[in-house]
Amino acid sequence: MQPPIPASAPAERLASSGVAPALTPVRAPEPPRPRRRLTGALWWSLALIALLCTIALLAPLLAPYAPNTQLDIIALKNQPPSLAHPFGTDQYSRDLLSRMLFGARISLSVALLAVLLSATVGTAYGLIAGYFGGRVDAVMMRLLDACLAIPRVLLLVAVLALWSPVPLGALIAIIGLTGWFEVSRLVRAEVLSVMQREYLLAARALGTPGFRIIWRHVLPNVLNPIIVAATLGVGNVIMLEAGLSYLGIGARAPAASWGSIFFDGSDAFQATWWIALFPGLAIIVTVLAFNVFGSALRDALDPHQLAGDRAR
Amino acid sequence: MRRYVAGRIVQSLIVVFLVTAISFFLIRLAPGDAFSFVGDYTMSDAVRNRLRAQFGYDRPLIEQFARFLGNVVRGQLGYSHSMHRDVGSILAVALPRTLLLMGAALFTSFAIGIAVGAFQAVRRGSWLDRSASGILLLFYSIPDFWLALMALLAFAYWLPIFPSGGMVDQVVHDYMSFGGRVRDVIAHLILPSLTLAVLSAAGIARFQRAALLDVLPQDYVRTARAKGLGERTVVLKHALRNALLPVITLLGLSLPALVGGTFFVEKVFSWPGMGYIAANAIASRDYDLVTGTVIVGGIMVAVGSLLADLLYAAADPRLRAR
Repeated sequence: MQPPIPASAPAERLASSGVAPALTPVRAPEPPRPRRRLTGALWWSLALIALLCTIALLAPLLAPYAPNTQLDIIALKNQPPSLAHPFGTDQYSRDLLSRMLFGARISLSVALLAVLLSATVGTAYGLIAGYFGGRVDAVMMRLLDACLAIPRVLLLVAVLALWSPVPLGALIAIIGLTGWFEVSRLVRAEVLSVMQREYLLAARALGTPGFRIIWRHVLPNVLNPIIVAATLGVGNVIMLEAGLSYLGIGARAPAASWGSIFFDGSDAFQATWWIALFPGLAIIVTVLAFNVFGSALRDALDPHQLAGDRAR
Repeated sequence: MRRYVAGRIVQSLIVVFLVTAISFFLIRLAPGDAFSFVGDYTMSDAVRNRLRAQFGYDRPLIEQFARFLGNVVRGQLGYSHSMHRDVGSILAVALPRTLLLMGAALFTSFAIGIAVGAFQAVRRGSWLDRSASGILLLFYSIPDFWLALMALLAFAYWLPIFPSGGMVDQVVHDYMSFGGRVRDVIAHLILPSLTLAVLSAAGIARFQRAALLDVLPQDYVRTARAKGLGERTVVLKHALRNALLPVITLLGLSLPALVGGTFFVEKVFSWPGMGYIAANAIASRDYDLVTGTVIVGGIMVAVGSLLADLLYAAADPRLRAR
């Protein structure tokens, strides 16, 4: 049996820094990695998300009517679900199913883009704070603490209410720019732990420039928690956008998002229950899919946590 | 300890200042001002400009901000053009109502969350634990305003068990005895507070389950079992008490979300608190009232998380010693 080579052997350090030519040291056989159990939940939630995205993309083909057309304001106003209109019609005689299919486009794209924006900003902020540390970190973290304490909904409501009607791009920007605080706190914690690793020391010792260290060595190692947080964030933003649109300050008027359908029916839900029920179910199914996917992803990407949980 | 408390108070003041600054600038930078929409649309430009000058809207933005800050510090939050009253006096009436709703929701949600989480941890891995996790994740995925709408439809219209909104019975409340009034408010409180509680309980239960699972394999729990204590005593007295500590931090962290949730739930149930007032203020483009609500909401969150941290410090012997 070979004696195991200590992990701090210089050849190994150089090799793992990715900068020096690989010297292929003699390695001890690695202990078998804990198998990444891809649970069924991961697959069905992913399939559901893919299905929802497909539906959103194919909305023009799938929708039986044009989403914003008033079909017959006299005869087809506020119709309960029927064969011709499976989800009923709203107070302007528009077909609810068609509106929901098109609404999926706005709801999903707002959520995905806003989360992409907040994940990017949050990651950059966390990387800078964690990498430079010291006084920079202290100031940035105090500022972050303050931002975390701002009631996000109230701020969004105030801004959107007074700027409304905002174009979709601005809506995405505003939601995205108020949602990165938690991501950056997460990233910074991860960066701090990565900074202690030896491969980082090696990269620094070799004089790798700071930007390259962040990009090539730090970022790839903190990516997993970012992905999980972003996935869980999508569900959150879908609900947030729905709430804002329910107040009439989200997506712009004739266009449908799942939330703005509520807004159009909010005067008389006692009589027109279908306007409240169906978009709500669509939101719940979508948000649940993203939340299940996020939790399953966390379990799959973090074997330690799962193993520890099972060992007890 | 004193140093810690002082530091936390300073931090809260910074938060309140930031909230004030952010909401002030975002609102002043928005297109139009308080007088673009107020009153008669045929108001002449001369009159409009005189009003702007009267309220200081023609000054440089920095000067306006300094004046605004000075006013906020003195408790002057401006004038509501839609309700024709001082913003401070409107919010002074609305704030206790919101606090009542939030307090009831917070209490119920922690009670439900801790109980469910502890139950799950004790039965870890059983089908009850797994199905509870599934249900919690489902609740975690329900938008607050939608659950409020459904609760209203189901339990106030289809099965008229509860009143359909508001805080008191509009007609007979004033003629009731004291006990009757209390019962009236409670009847109106149940649906909105339960809606809020069920949703935030989902996160609390998850957290409590994890916290208890961290504690259960510890040596002192084994010691308690070895002493021959009943399982009930072991879990409730030895394990749960120590697993409650991290849950206190959740109290502070859940406040911003709770303020948001309360906002929507108040709107749906016409609960005449700050959220309801803010929603109406938005509809009538009442700038000062919207700004005032955001600032008071920020103060509420800041004070709440300050209290939660102090509570944590008081409950944690390690922090208390410092």
